[in-house]
Amino acid sequence: MRVLVIEDDQETAAFLKRALKESGHVAEYAADGQTGLDLARSNAYDVLIVDRMLPKCDGLEVIKSLRTEEIRTPALILSALGEVDDRVKGLRAGGDDYLTKPYAFSELLARIEALARRTSPEEGSTRFVVGDLVLDRLSHKVTRAGEAIMLQPREFRLLEYLMKHAGQVVTRTMLLENVWDYHFDPQTNVIDVHISRLRSKIDKNFANPLLHTVRGAGYSIRDSAH
Amino acid sequence: MTALTKLFRTTTFRLSLTYLALFSVAAVLAIFYIYWNTTVLLSRQLNQTIDAELKGLAEQYRAGGLDQLVRTVAERSQTPGNSLYLVADRDGKQLAGNLSAVSPQLWDSLGPVEFVYSRPAPGGVERRLAFANVFRLPGGYRLIVGRDIEDRRELARLIRRTMLWGLGVMALVGIGGGYWVSRRLLTRIDSLSATTRTIMAGDLTGRLPISGSGDELDRLSESLNLMLARIEQLMAGLREVSDNIAHDLKTPLNRLRNRVEEALREPHDASAHREALERTIEEADGLIKTFNALLSIARLEAGAAGENRETLDLTALVGDVAELYEPVAEERGIELKAEAPAPIIIHGDRQLLGQAIANLIDNALKYGAPSRDGGNGRAPEVEVCAEASEGEARIIVADRGPGVPASERARVLGRFVRLEASRSEPGSGLGLSLVAAVARLHGGSLRLEDNEPGLRVVLVLPMAGDALVNGVAGEAPTRAESRPS
Repeated sequence: MRVLVIEDDQETAAFLKRALKESGHVAEYAADGQTGLDLARSNAYDVLIVDRMLPKCDGLEVIKSLRTEEIRTPALILSALGEVDDRVKGLRAGGDDYLTKPYAFSELLARIEALARRTSPEEGSTRFVVGDLVLDRLSHKVTRAGEAIMLQPREFRLLEYLMKHAGQVVTRTMLLENVWDYHFDPQTNVIDVHISRLRSKIDKNFANPLLHTVRGAGYSIRDSAH
Repeated sequence: MTALTKLFRTTTFRLSLTYLALFSVAAVLAIFYIYWNTTVLLSRQLNQTIDAELKGLAEQYRAGGLDQLVRTVAERSQTPGNSLYLVADRDGKQLAGNLSAVSPQLWDSLGPVEFVYSRPAPGGVERRLAFANVFRLPGGYRLIVGRDIEDRRELARLIRRTMLWGLGVMALVGIGGGYWVSRRLLTRIDSLSATTRTIMAGDLTGRLPISGSGDELDRLSESLNLMLARIEQLMAGLREVSDNIAHDLKTPLNRLRNRVEEALREPHDASAHREALERTIEEADGLIKTFNALLSIARLEAGAAGENRETLDLTALVGDVAELYEPVAEERGIELKAEAPAPIIIHGDRQLLGQAIANLIDNALKYGAPSRDGGNGRAPEVEVCAEASEGEARIIVADRGPGVPASERARVLGRFVRLEASRSEPGSGLGLSLVAAVARLHGGSLRLEDNEPGLRVVLVLPMAGDALVNGVAGEAPTRAESRPS
């Protein structure tokens, strides 16, 4: 994955570049909004990581300009401003996701991987398959090895989101934001309990578990047998 | 700027001067109009009288010649009044009449003429103004018929004097009144400015004086006082936040630092280092959470959040958040009952209200379990419901736990306040403060009540329609009440 980091803090940028490289991605870096805009215009990136406050050209302006030029590269906004109002502003400017500083790198990585996947054709498919687990988005039916699994509406949406991002790491915050549409900290690890419920329904009676916990990051659904 | 120039520059004073000028012009015009009309009327009367006299005398002359004219004039001169007559020969010698000592120029003039004549008065001679018609009779004789118009002159003088005096008095009263009113206003404004200055100098407890007359200055002062109260509240909040940061964030920061130092001292133990680093990250995450919560509360209290208000169904939101916590409750062996009656439509920020409800449920689940040593014998349950009546919506979260003593209810809404009994559970002590701030931002309030046994938290919100759009206007205080039992 080719990532452009537009970030004015040298140390943060260097850290991101290094960490992204370790995760197997190629990262390029621009220190100000104008350079970032020029790079994003002339190169094909899979994801942009844009700091909200940048010298020369504000982060939101960069994204706005790109969007008016029909450049639809997914963009993740990084900002110290973490209130819901700020998030809405960021998304309205054309950003695809919003992450508040300080953040865990695992969170950032999971989010940009999810963003890059958004442009893939799987996004619109009506059937998700992971191993012998099948989710039909139209009939709202889930089967594992041909056996029907009864899920609550919320559990269905949780599984749907996990399967849409099959093979990727999905963080608790991403689940809270995308499945529940909550942008606040629920104090207790409510997501973990929901996941363990879901796990008991889809993995309990099968030798090959599909729903995995990724330590220090989140969850991932994948068929590890293959 | 001297006191006087300051006074002259006041709006009141300038206004009085302007009105004074306008009134003066109007008064002058009115008086002049009266004077002019009177003069015209008097002149006409005068001319008519003189004409009538002349007609009479002309008849006498035609009938009896000069002799009869002289006789008649002599006769008429005897009658007291303002009429003046004179018949004289070509040398100016008086033949008859009450007009004497006439200047030679008068003889030469013809027709109507105004002149000054002398007449005996008590204590000498007085000079008076007269108006007359001069005729030449055949043989060089002259006939003068006129009237004394000194009274008319007197009237004109009187009107002029009245006008001048009137204007003078008006100017005096006007300027004086303006001065008095402006002085009064200026004194009050000065006292207001003085108070404002002391407040600016740092004494936020100062309030503007209210005279009690209920006038516009009082109303302004009242509004400003409300504003000052709000500012004081915000400043107190800010001070509290910085105190909180000092006390409650420095401690974990210090802990974090100690741990890293300790890890550095331990030589070359990779696994110990790793463990120390992991715990450091954990500690840092906790700090970030606390910090975020503090910032959120500060923003909410400053009324600087909640721009994303929408019309939403509170019942659905309550049900939604309860559903999020339902598995957690089950895991803890607590029954989470969410009642979902009819939809309640309010205007609010979904995220903030969601977080408030989440905090309340989270608290109830953490601290609302009956104490293990026998407790109150009730099944551990947490009830969540939303209800509406009398223009307000209420979110109620009730548990069967140990509750909060009535004396502590106001205190637990403060930041970082944790009751002794709750210390064993993880938490920052910011949950209820945040809920209270969300309530206030929506123009509502937060109440803690006795659930007999347990704690019953009531989040009151105004219903859609009369919901406040501006958080600053939400002056409704958050309060802790004890329910009479």
